Amino acid sequence: MAAAAVLVLIVLACLAAPLYATYVAQSDPFGSNLDGSITLNGQSVDIMQSTDTGFGVTPIGPTWQGQYFLGADDQGRDVAARLLYGGRNSLLIAGGATVICLFFAAVVGVVAGFSGGIIDTVLARALDVLWAFPVYLLAISLSAVLISHGLQIGPITVNADSLLIPISIIGIVYVPYVARPIRGQVLSLSRSDFVLAARCLGVPRPRILFRDIVPNVTTTLIVFAPLMMALNMLTEAALSFLSIGVQPPAASWGTIILDGEGLLYTRPAVAIAPGIAIMLTVVCLNFLGDGVREAFDPRAKLRVKS
Amino acid sequence: MNWSKNLALAALLCASPLAANAQDHYGGTLKLVAASAAGTIDPQVNYTNQYWQLFVNVYDGLVTFGKASGPASNKIVPDLATAIPTPTDNGTTYTFTLRPGIKFSNGAPVTPDDVVATFERIFKVNNPNAGSWYANIVGADACLATPATCALPKGVIADDKAGTVTFHLKAANPEFLDQLAVPFAAIVPASTPAKDMGDTPVPSTGSYMITSYDPQKALILKRNPYFKEWSAVAQPKGYADEIDFTFGVTDENAITAIENGQYDFEFDPAPSDRLAEISTKDPAQVHINRLLAIYYAPMNVNIAPFNNMDARLAVNYALDRKAAVNIFGGKNLAIPNCQILPPGFPGYQPYCPYTLNPGTKWTAPDLAKAKMYMAKSGMAGQKVTVISDDQGVDPALGTFLASELNKLGFVATTHVLSANIEFNYIQNTNNKVQISITQWYQDYPAASDFLNVLLTCGAIHPGSDNSINIAGYCNKAYDAKVAVALKTAVTNPAAAATMWAAIDKDATNSAAWATMFTPKELDFVSKRVGGFTFSDQFHLLYDKVWVQ
Repeated sequence: MAAAAVLVLIVLACLAAPLYATYVAQSDPFGSNLDGSITLNGQSVDIMQSTDTGFGVTPIGPTWQGQYFLGADDQGRDVAARLLYGGRNSLLIAGGATVICLFFAAVVGVVAGFSGGIIDTVLARALDVLWAFPVYLLAISLSAVLISHGLQIGPITVNADSLLIPISIIGIVYVPYVARPIRGQVLSLSRSDFVLAARCLGVPRPRILFRDIVPNVTTTLIVFAPLMMALNMLTEAALSFLSIGVQPPAASWGTIILDGEGLLYTRPAVAIAPGIAIMLTVVCLNFLGDGVREAFDPRAKLRVKS
Repeated sequence: MNWSKNLALAALLCASPLAANAQDHYGGTLKLVAASAAGTIDPQVNYTNQYWQLFVNVYDGLVTFGKASGPASNKIVPDLATAIPTPTDNGTTYTFTLRPGIKFSNGAPVTPDDVVATFERIFKVNNPNAGSWYANIVGADACLATPATCALPKGVIADDKAGTVTFHLKAANPEFLDQLAVPFAAIVPASTPAKDMGDTPVPSTGSYMITSYDPQKALILKRNPYFKEWSAVAQPKGYADEIDFTFGVTDENAITAIENGQYDFEFDPAPSDRLAEISTKDPAQVHINRLLAIYYAPMNVNIAPFNNMDARLAVNYALDRKAAVNIFGGKNLAIPNCQILPPGFPGYQPYCPYTLNPGTKWTAPDLAKAKMYMAKSGMAGQKVTVISDDQGVDPALGTFLASELNKLGFVATTHVLSANIEFNYIQNTNNKVQISITQWYQDYPAASDFLNVLLTCGAIHPGSDNSINIAGYCNKAYDAKVAVALKTAVTNPAAAATMWAAIDKDATNSAAWATMFTPKELDFVSKRVGGFTFSDQFHLLYDKVWVQ
């Protein structure tokens, strides 16, 4: 419950990013501000500060006030405002990828498990092939190609900087992780007593599928949802950190960590803040996943009662 | 004992401690470090600063750039040749006499036949500049057409008895000696296979030889047992007995390791967040030197929106070069620049039209003019992708440039590519790159190395990864001026320099590039390093520094 509450707070804060940028930070989180200054304690302070030696320019650190609360990045942008905007993209990509992953996993798993025979063999082996690729290597390869040229399938064109690209890539590479257990569950359900009874009574196969199989699989998908979202968020952060996820000047928590990499010695908050945001969100999602699993798992309830 | 003897003895007594000190510096291992290796160690194939800086200690050409600091490092001196010849036949014939007694690191003597074989090998291994720099040698056309069977019987002629090699050129070339002085023209044994040698060392004549190379781990140089110093300015005997170049250490870790004395020098630029620290804590270990280079944003003049001159002018007027300098590391590490040639280069005359109060120096962006040209161009709202690589300050410069474009009214995003592919990617016209971030460092000190190499029609190769005219700027009138300047330089270098200055202005006015700044190099060395010598050509000279 607490995890869900924290998660809701994070989502609400991220949704409020434009309000924060306009009324609190009062700056454009996507535009460079290398010559700007702010007023702190009645004094004008440069956002990018030259050192005494004249070598290197250091962005302003956390002010713990409205403007530049977490300091500036190497472009002079407000890190706190970017953190909230970045959270929107990270959550959107993780959520979108989860929907795609669960949808395709459900279709493939159910069709393979319920059809059996050659269809099952082909789909199961296809999943095996996809499973055999190291996930990050596959995701990096797909990203490197698609981010260079975008995607064109018939009349549909997806620009190279579109969020649909990381959403699709992350969603697809994790399909086997969900589809295989779904297929196993469907195979098990197909041989269960109530399905055999329905068959003996002459119930049509589509009706068995949609009335007896799919509802039982749905709970598994719901349990998977928060766990996959956590996994997808980590993958998105990794791809963006490698410059093959969200493209600048747009932000995600992964790109902000990348922005902070070059400032680790002088302004560690730039990299640490999104790191904490990712950790907090992923922990909440995992707790939520555990809670959902326990809520839907009758054996877990029995354990609690005993 | 007479006075003269006493004076001689006194001089000897005074000099001997100095001599002893200099002698004491010989020995030890110079430890270099970089994030990654730089590819093949074949001197006629590799085209990177990282290895050229090493190759000059390993290989020799007939001539070379002086191993010295300052202007002397741009002066060509004889190396394997006894002297620099005066060209004859209207500048088309050069005859070099080889120094006698020089041997390769495998013990074989250097002969005129090796020189002939070397120049044929340049074509056989598809040297990156075979088609430009060396295409002027008589017979080169056939070699370019069929490299595998390249022979230059009329272009490079050996005379074993006289110990000479004669080059015949199709036309006078004022930069021929420069092109012989770079590592591409390093003389290698005639028996060297006519293929990229990759990780296998090629026998060499220099103070050091490569003894092992593993691109994943390290490159090791040891003293060449057959080397005897013949010219301290061309190929001095290096101080260190061994030079170890370790790979796989990030720039951040390398700085810490140098502070701790684990390494002596990092090839990669120091990360910007450590500059203040090292310059405050260890100022004696920091060396700043000018670079004959520029950071610039080539704009593709053949596709929208930068096929519109007004759009290009808007970018040039709007670009806040001071901000770009700050990204690079501040005013002590870079100088704002509007034009093509870097300060201090032959033909350079300060010129900056894209600033408030146009004149010789950039002072501030002229946003009023930028907005006026932007409105005139009608390109507001056009989508633009800025391409940059993922190393050093380049991603930050890409993000900054996208921000500047967005302020002008474009809809710009940045696309960061691996440094392994970015430079080739932005050259290939098939990739339809609109604008990118890149740099150009001189190959040798001649204005044509920028104005001819980077901006003439001949440097455009559609669909090729090696189309170095990245902006795709092609102007026949401009090319004609370049041709005249090249021809004039043969007989009248001073007049040619004036012409190059005018050509530089023409190129700047074309606004095919948005030049950002001229960088300086900050080298951070360990406490034990002495004798730091920085050459304009090859930067830190490893053989001139000592570690004990």
